[in-house]
Amino acid sequence: MRNKAFWTVLAGFCLFIYACKKEDDIQKTVSEFLGFQQPANFPEPVYKLSNNPVNEAGFLLGRTLFYEPRLSRDNTISCGSCHIQSSGFTQHGHDVSHGIDDKLGSRNSPPIMNLAWNKTFFWDGGVFDLDLQPINPITNPVEMDEKMESVISKLKQLPKYNELFKKAFGTEEINGIRIFKALSQFMVMCVSANSKYDKVTRNEGESFTAEEQAGYTIFKSRCSSCHAEPLFTDGSFRNNGIGAGPNNDEGRYAVTLNPDDRYKFKVPSLRNLSYTAPYMHDGRFLTINAVLDHYANEVKVSPTLDPLLNTGNKPGVALSDDDKIKLLSFLKTLDDPDFVSRKDLSEQ
Amino acid sequence: MKLSLQHIAIGCALIFSLQSCSKKDDNKPQTSKKATLSVEFDNIAGDRNLQLGTGTYTNSSGEQLTIQTLKYFISNIKVTNAEGVEYVVPQDSSYFLVDESKPETQECKVQVPEADYKSLTFTIGVDSLRNTMDISKRTGVLDPSGSMDDGMYWGWNSGYIFFKMEGTSPQAPVDPTGANKFRYHIGGFGGYSAPTINNIKTVTLDLSKAGVARVRAGRESNIHLMVDALKMFSGPSTISIAANPQVMFSAFSVNVANNFAGMFRHDHTEN
Ligand code: HEC
Ligand code: HEC
Repeated sequence: MRNKAFWTVLAGFCLFIYACKKEDDIQKTVSEFLGFQQPANFPEPVYKLSNNPVNEAGFLLGRTLFYEPRLSRDNTISCGSCHIQSSGFTQHGHDVSHGIDDKLGSRNSPPIMNLAWNKTFFWDGGVFDLDLQPINPITNPVEMDEKMESVISKLKQLPKYNELFKKAFGTEEINGIRIFKALSQFMVMCVSANSKYDKVTRNEGESFTAEEQAGYTIFKSRCSSCHAEPLFTDGSFRNNGIGAGPNNDEGRYAVTLNPDDRYKFKVPSLRNLSYTAPYMHDGRFLTINAVLDHYANEVKVSPTLDPLLNTGNKPGVALSDDDKIKLLSFLKTLDDPDFVSRKDLSEQ
Repeated sequence: MKLSLQHIAIGCALIFSLQSCSKKDDNKPQTSKKATLSVEFDNIAGDRNLQLGTGTYTNSSGEQLTIQTLKYFISNIKVTNAEGVEYVVPQDSSYFLVDESKPETQECKVQVPEADYKSLTFTIGVDSLRNTMDISKRTGVLDPSGSMDDGMYWGWNSGYIFFKMEGTSPQAPVDPTGANKFRYHIGGFGGYSAPTINNIKTVTLDLSKAGVARVRAGRESNIHLMVDALKMFSGPSTISIAANPQVMFSAFSVNVANNFAGMFRHDHTEN
């Protein structure tokens, strides 16, 4: 008797598993959500995806939150206001960020791009986990100036969020941790890896022109020790000799209090430069030409200037006008038009 | 073929019985009973009871001050019994945010095995491990989204503020709001990817002189500590409001943190 019951239960259980699996297959054919994908030419991500596995519902919730102006005190500013997709997820035309009540921040909005490979966040690396990042803009008085408690209570009043949170996390509960985890799921999906450079590197049938190839050679000898491939940053903090701005932002020093870190900033990626002007932590250069002029002629010597920029008899990087043209055309191959227009990353 | 309730019940029973079999093998049962130990943080100012916003006190530099905010994290509680055996409270139930404006936060309750305890150890602040843990393991007082509103978290430089004291003093310069305010926000867990200041402080108090804690099930032993806010201004270093009215994330903050241990004194134990 006992034995028979056992086999009955087992058979039932197998059937149950089979049924679940079948449903899974159906779901897969219905939706095309592929989850987080590591591009073939990229290293392993730094973000701990095992602590926050990306699923479709979490990504969709994260996207809705990213474009949700209720995250700001007066419901006017969303993350997407300062991180605009068509501008490579930066704030086009603003040297420093422009937030609530037209208040200005002190730094240029960096792109939401390939963040799963970032070791630290912010120009000074003060934040070490993407999940901890959104607290800053939400509560910063010159950005969104809101309290997490009221964000949560505003979201609770909208039935769509009960639904979205339930789909993403299993219950309707809305809390800060879930908001941050969902935003991270959206942000790690903002992967830019479809530029011409990527297609050439992955042997997908494209090749560089002679000028681009010459630019690539110059790039590898003079830029890539900091702007390392394939992310075009090594994630380190360095002083590239642009000199202190009027507000004397000391960069990394504020975080480590180590005098050797004065005026060092995180090396930014060089992907999508065509969409992300202006450049540098305070947006001081309006064009890539101005940036190249800086490296060629205007590098300022100071105690923390990176030694790589002070090797010859003149500080900076030796670049002839011809070199600059070639370099510029190589940098253009890092543009990823698909990334700045993909519908799945846009406000719906 | 359908699953009936009966089948499920039998299935569950089977799983349970299997599990209890395997359990018997791996662990000897714990004989000691656990009971509640409470540690009370009674904030004072010199020889007076601390009154937020109204009391006026004088620090070791002769400066007059009124305290408006006093909050600090207490974590990683350990006790040592008469035989010298140490008991470490499981970390997940060992984080407290003591806030002078919220009396219910001043009694920190933990579960420890029955024993007579002669010494108490705790951390002022939040250990570096918790500072860097995945956000889903930081709930309650450690939820950065909650504590941020309470102002005990630095978002721009990820990490908890361990200790916060704010108030007014005629010796403090006038700030943009027109008040003579001093602000001490002390944190710094040593840095994540690059080393920086570490202001995590551990305090060990001998309980044998003013009364060991006799922890027994059915009653609550309460270790009553006096926490003298004015001692933040004196000790290994003298902190003057006139000279350092605002101390936050800076090299100088180490001097303030070095005075923390001297603030905590065991007054008595209620058994
Ligand atoms: C008012 C404009 C503004 C708003 C609104 C804003 N940001 Fe930002 N964001 C910035 C600026 C400026 C920085 C760089 C700050 C710094 O380095 O100090 C930044 C940095 C970041 C970074 C770090 C990127 C890197 O490479 O280091 C992330 C991630 C980010 N923001 C996500 C968000 C999210 C999520 C939201 C919405 C909750 C948001 N931002 C809202 C302006 C804004
Ligand atoms: C010593 C390391 C180093 C080298 C070599 C270097 N850079 Fe940079 N680069 C940096 C740092 C650091 C920044 C950010 C500085 C800041 O904002 O204060 C930066 C910023 C930039 C920016 C601005 C990007 C943005 O989004 O704001 C561009 C463009 C750039 N570099 C191009 C180049 C090119 C082209 C070369 C080679 C000619 C080069 N860099 C060589 C370290 C370096």
